[in-house]
Amino acid sequence: MVIYSVYIVSKSGGLIFNHDHNSPKIEVEQAFSYPLNFTLAYEKQRVVVTFGQRDGIVVGHCLVAINGVPVTGKQLDDGRDVFEVLANSENYPINLKFARPKMTTNEKIFLASMFYPLFAMAAQLSPEPKSSGIEMLEADTFKLHCYQTLTGVKFMVVAEPSQAGLDSLLKKMYELYADYALKNPFYSLDMPIRCELFDTNLQVLIEQIERTGITNV
Amino acid sequence: MSRQGTRLDQKKVNSELFTLTYGALVSQLMKDYENVDEVNKQLERMGYNIGIRLIEDFLARTGTGRCYDFRDTAEKIQSAFRLYLGISPQIMNWSSSGDEFSLQFDSNPLTEFVELPDHCLNLKYCNVLTGVLKGALEMVQMDIASCFVQDHLKGDPCTELRVKFIKRLEDAIPAGED
Repeated sequence: MVIYSVYIVSKSGGLIFNHDHNSPKIEVEQAFSYPLNFTLAYEKQRVVVTFGQRDGIVVGHCLVAINGVPVTGKQLDDGRDVFEVLANSENYPINLKFARPKMTTNEKIFLASMFYPLFAMAAQLSPEPKSSGIEMLEADTFKLHCYQTLTGVKFMVVAEPSQAGLDSLLKKMYELYADYALKNPFYSLDMPIRCELFDTNLQVLIEQIERTGITNV
Repeated sequence: MSRQGTRLDQKKVNSELFTLTYGALVSQLMKDYENVDEVNKQLERMGYNIGIRLIEDFLARTGTGRCYDFRDTAEKIQSAFRLYLGISPQIMNWSSSGDEFSLQFDSNPLTEFVELPDHCLNLKYCNVLTGVLKGALEMVQMDIASCFVQDHLKGDPCTELRVKFIKRLEDAIPAGED
């Protein structure tokens, strides 16, 4: 059972805390000869595999290194353009490393603020009056659980669909937030939480829930 | 003040330590400002800042729901006093419209060893409490006003805190909560 990540969104919809707990790292490195038998494209500031899935190279994975030289955007760290390098047959055989793309902090902030209107919309769409917003959002690879406090702070956990004990995890997170963030005199409200005690206690809590599905923290 | 079954230390803080610390705070403020009204204001402001944080602790700890009636609110305030100060003030003197009540304290840990000197008869010694109430209730979208109408320290038979409901802060209610 796995908990992928947790997020805390403030009353005004800003991301004030996120923690990637356990997302398995997938990396594939292989040598290729000319021409490449799959398609690459430049999307969202990454070089991404768009077609031709084989041997652990999955559509959606992005190119992270060529011959051991890291790739940033569509540029190699030595200044060459990725697509020019790949188009030149003299560079082959070539060693390419692919990995599952990681969300950048900016993307996380963007997604967190996108969840905010979705939550509000769900409450509005409800056929019954006085509905809550989204409490659980289910997909085939994960479940997102959301708990909104009376003061409007949202706690979210993204976990494997079979993971149990998430309601109590959310409540306990709220307690940790009240204890280690709000009682810290140097934490100002609605600002990102950078409290080490909060981090470590949350880590312990999440690991325990993953192991047993229950809390006694 | 720690909840049961947590890994936080289980010791309850001695209330005398708290009383004396608060006393030190008030006397320091009196020295710094030399003006009773200003001290009253500062105490309320500090209380407000405590209240907006303390409410989260109260909600997380008790798991209590939203109040839809001011009588509910009064009971929850009473239980909060029990939780944080170990006292149960009495709820009394409801106004006929149900938007105003009094909390009557028989004992008050804040004032246990206190005698007010003559030059600060206007000092609202426990004014931090009015700030705490205001801050905490504001975070759950309720605007209130409160003041001490009787004070044991000033020779009244008891201490009475009057709490008045002003309005619900409709704009601030989070989506999916109203």
